[in-house]
Amino acid sequence: MKTHIKNIKTIFLLGVVLSSLFGFTQSGEENRQKADKGYAIGDVITDFKLRSTSGSFVSMADNRSVKGYIIVFTCNHCPFSKAYESRIMALDKKFASQGYPVIAINPNDPSAYEEDSFENMQVVAKAKGYTFPYLQDESQLTSKAFGVSRTPSVYVVKKEGDKFILQYIGGIDDNTQDANAVTKRYVEDAINNLLAGRPVVGNFTKTVGCAVKWKGV
Amino acid sequence: MYGTCLGTYGQNRKVEIVKFEHLQKVLNQVSDTTVVLHFWATWCRPCMEELLFFEELSTTYNPQKIKFILVSMDFVKDAETSLKNVIERNKIKSKVVLLDEPDYNSWIDLIDKEWSGTIPATLVLNANLRKRKFYEGKVNMTSFSDELKKMCPVTIQN
Repeated sequence: MKTHIKNIKTIFLLGVVLSSLFGFTQSGEENRQKADKGYAIGDVITDFKLRSTSGSFVSMADNRSVKGYIIVFTCNHCPFSKAYESRIMALDKKFASQGYPVIAINPNDPSAYEEDSFENMQVVAKAKGYTFPYLQDESQLTSKAFGVSRTPSVYVVKKEGDKFILQYIGGIDDNTQDANAVTKRYVEDAINNLLAGRPVVGNFTKTVGCAVKWKGV
Repeated sequence: MYGTCLGTYGQNRKVEIVKFEHLQKVLNQVSDTTVVLHFWATWCRPCMEELLFFEELSTTYNPQKIKFILVSMDFVKDAETSLKNVIERNKIKSKVVLLDEPDYNSWIDLIDKEWSGTIPATLVLNANLRKRKFYEGKVNMTSFSDELKKMCPVTIQN
């Protein structure tokens, strides 16, 4: 009898060890606030028409000569966005001339963060000398369509005919806090692949960032 | 039984700067201590709105039974400034560690595959009870407290 119990215990412990190895498959589904998934790699992106800090409205279709866009959801208030500010400018500087300019979109409800108001977006764009449009997603519909959950988040799209196809979703690189310690440049690698006519290797990365503030939530 | 789970304040007020390995060790321990890993940052407003809730919970339970680790995603350069200020101003007694692991993509999935990377996020794990729950975003305080009561472990009898 005692041996029997011992065996059961052994089997149980083995189960515990195995399930911890495989990270337990069942998670708290019902408790998770599931973010809308949004676009997936390979999806055709619906064009948007959003107000830029310059006052004009910007759509992807406006610029007929591009090969695609680096769409960056970012904002003023988030420390992670601030940490990437100059790197976003560097991306535009490097790739706009090669056919992949940056479009920055602020997805946040400005009533939640005064810093993210349209006027403050204008102040930042001017003070930093943004060379790319900085758009406000007032209705937040574009941000929802993309499935943006945090800032900064990058979506690289490639133009094929009149369509824009999603090629990369994720972070800019692998070190938010120290630009000098970066070892993997996700967005640069994606664009370089696209420019060379190759598929994007590593087309999805996860990063930590500031949660998007949705209206009425 | 529930009474044995209640404890006094945790002792550790120092902010340790840790690597992911440190969390992985905690997660891989097969023990009957429930572990609550709560990911937050001082700059994250929703995190700050529920920080004191986690602080209160963590000081309610005996750390031998339910161990809380408040994992700060603040930058290392802010450890002695913003992070320290928040800890002191709010009289945080829970264990706080700053996770210095900037390649987020390398470890987010190891906490939970469904985690998008947005904070706050909370993982509750009990290896012996084979229970694991992951919460992205703020928790519902009532149901989270109730879940935790259920997690308060019972020693396996021979």
